[in-house]
Amino acid sequence: MSVVASSTSVKNVEEFEPLIVAFCCNWCSYAGADLAGTSRLNYPANIKIIRVPCSCRVNSNFVLRAFQRGADGVIVAGCHPGDCHYMTGNYYTRRRFSLLKNLLEYVGIEEARFKVDWISASEGNKFAYVMNDVLEKVHKLGPNRKLRDSRWKR
Amino acid sequence: MQRVGVFICWCGTNISNTVNIDEVMTAVENMPGVAYSKDYQYMCSEIGQNLVKDTIKEHNLNRIVVASCSPRMHESTFRKAAEAAGLNPYLLEIANIREHCSWVHKDKEAATQKAISLTRAAVAKAILNDELIPGEVGVERRALVIGGGIAGIQTALDIADAGYEVDLVEKTPSIGGKMAQLDKTFPTLDCSACILTPKMVDASMSSKINLYTYSEVEEVSGFVGNFEVAIRQKARSVDMEKCTGCGICLAKCPIKTALSEFEEGLSNRPAIYTPFPQAVPNVPVIDRETCMKFRTGRCGVCEKVCPTKAVDYDQKDQILNKKYGAIIVTTGYDLIDLDYFGEYQYMDHPDVITGLEFERLVNAAGPTGGKLIRPSDKKKPKKVVFIQCVGSRDKSDRGKSYCSKICCMYTAKHAMLLKDKYPDSEAYVFYIDVRTAGKGFEEFQRRAVENYGVNYIKGMVGKIFPTNNKLQVNGVDSLSGEILQIDADMVVLAAATKAKPEADDVARMLSISTDSDSFFSEAHPKLRPVETHCAGIYLAGACQGPKDIPETVAQASAAAVKAIGVLSKSKLVNNPCVSEVDKSICSGCLACADMCPYEAISEKIVEEKANGKIVGRRVAEVNETLCQGCGGCTVTCRPGAIDLKGFSNKQILAEVDAICR
Repeated sequence: MSVVASSTSVKNVEEFEPLIVAFCCNWCSYAGADLAGTSRLNYPANIKIIRVPCSCRVNSNFVLRAFQRGADGVIVAGCHPGDCHYMTGNYYTRRRFSLLKNLLEYVGIEEARFKVDWISASEGNKFAYVMNDVLEKVHKLGPNRKLRDSRWKR
Repeated sequence: MQRVGVFICWCGTNISNTVNIDEVMTAVENMPGVAYSKDYQYMCSEIGQNLVKDTIKEHNLNRIVVASCSPRMHESTFRKAAEAAGLNPYLLEIANIREHCSWVHKDKEAATQKAISLTRAAVAKAILNDELIPGEVGVERRALVIGGGIAGIQTALDIADAGYEVDLVEKTPSIGGKMAQLDKTFPTLDCSACILTPKMVDASMSSKINLYTYSEVEEVSGFVGNFEVAIRQKARSVDMEKCTGCGICLAKCPIKTALSEFEEGLSNRPAIYTPFPQAVPNVPVIDRETCMKFRTGRCGVCEKVCPTKAVDYDQKDQILNKKYGAIIVTTGYDLIDLDYFGEYQYMDHPDVITGLEFERLVNAAGPTGGKLIRPSDKKKPKKVVFIQCVGSRDKSDRGKSYCSKICCMYTAKHAMLLKDKYPDSEAYVFYIDVRTAGKGFEEFQRRAVENYGVNYIKGMVGKIFPTNNKLQVNGVDSLSGEILQIDADMVVLAAATKAKPEADDVARMLSISTDSDSFFSEAHPKLRPVETHCAGIYLAGACQGPKDIPETVAQASAAAVKAIGVLSKSKLVNNPCVSEVDKSICSGCLACADMCPYEAISEKIVEEKANGKIVGRRVAEVNETLCQGCGGCTVTCRPGAIDLKGFSNKQILAEVDAICR
């Protein structure tokens, strides 16, 4: 299985710059990322944030599309369970993505490449920590080949 | 054909220091759809905004991307600018290249590439933006204030002053809050009751203010302008209309052993009680847990002695359902539990008291009638040790990492009050730092040291040993390195303030956020200090963070103004980013209706032709005034018939694609 992956590896692990797409809910995690900014907490530039109103807005399709288009990791971040701005949205997020995690595992995408986490508007530190943590793990795993659309040039 | 205009802000040097603006400009010019691009030092300034407005007209732009700070900061600014240029404000997108890029990355090349990528995503999304027109919704012109301390009272008075009705809900039997318990206030040493009680009376006399004491907010739904609130009015067991406040029942009640909450447990109260003589409303409450009538069925003295037959043992809790346009949260603070501070002997020795207990002990209306005596043997204290920062600025689990802000000042005040009462007494204050930032504060504290001779010792107390009627305080003077032993008669602990234990529940009920210490979070720490992220809900007082009285009152008036801003409008515009059902695809399963937390989705029967006949078909329909735009239904929808305006599937996928280039 992994033979194909290693033989088509284009980039050297040394110069591997992972791409990580983070979906952040407007009320907690996006604000947490803003706080990380105002507090000048460093995290790598490989992480690119997409703003969504609530983590429950994130369709599994968006995650799959990101992997398909060459993302090496995907993060979905929302308010802490119980603190959702829309009352119950993140409970749906939690359930939906526990299912998607199973699917991704089945497809062969390593667990560390997809992370769902709860980061509140006051947790700039946690935001930076989670981003660094995911990046570090993805960096160790190397480029993602599974699900990737080979016609898409990154 | 979409003609996108991209405006890149330098933010002075905030962005341009880490992001190579020229490189971004070159990249932007080659992005599909971009018709015009421009960079400027301060895009949010008047010149910058005019630049946006003018170029929209000049270059006939129909989509705008501003690459600048967070959309949470200036999205509304630039939307207004777009609107002024005749463009629908929702055709604008922000690329966050400050908080999410230049401020968090050091490597210029990487930051530049990321800025390009984020801008590309914003352009891709903007191309798919549609004109959105917000709906309008009426405003219930009445405010709810939760918490009847000084913050709540001030807010209610200010709103009533502007001519709007206010309901003030207070959990305890009387309004007044912590300030009513205080003796004197710093830095003027004027008596707390003398400045508070007139305000309490004003609140109860105002025709615009309805007081709901001994009541709690139980449920909140709805949105700005139209909150629906259920208030539980707990059974007082006394008819508010009939009671004249004569107080005979209080005197005759055979139970005298319940601990007075108002006196911080330093004295007892009857089972039927008003928290303090100046209570507003001056109507007693029966504490059903201690009342003999409720426990054993026998007694009924208060009913017999009441001249107006106001006592009613059968009273039940009542639920009031009301509508409000704005809500102000002023739930206040508490002192931390001192269970884990065993070294100070607070739990074991009656002469170790908190600052709040000290307030009651020196108060003329307090349990000792203003005579400052030791709770243990009723003797005058000769030596009093004050310990500051008990639990404040304490990173361990038992304390709070923040500064409680009020303790330095009230400790100075306490020491002065002690010296006023007993000029021959000695006062020692152990401190980490003395923080006296505030008008007249430093002068006040210096007065305590220079005129009153209060001994300030920089250092902490290690342990207190109770020995022969005394409290042996063992501390260190960290400036001289000397180990001190003071045989004190009394120790006053400046216990840290904390958020109310129910703050998390209140936050959940209102869908507002709290910080890690359970204080409610404001929308912006500097620029939106009294607003929350939930439109129409405002904060005032110590529920948002430790605060003294002047700050609390200032914040209360500010919150009132914000609420009046909502109440003074006859119509509010809705968020137009709401869900929309494509009825031709909808299968009518209504899974979306089940997940919607706002009950904004309902079924609708559409009529259509099938085999020459008109038949009804069930589909889902979104009520745009109720929908808050979370977008959860879009994912629930099995056939994919629901999409969220402003954050459509296509738009988000376009962003993903653009980022993955």
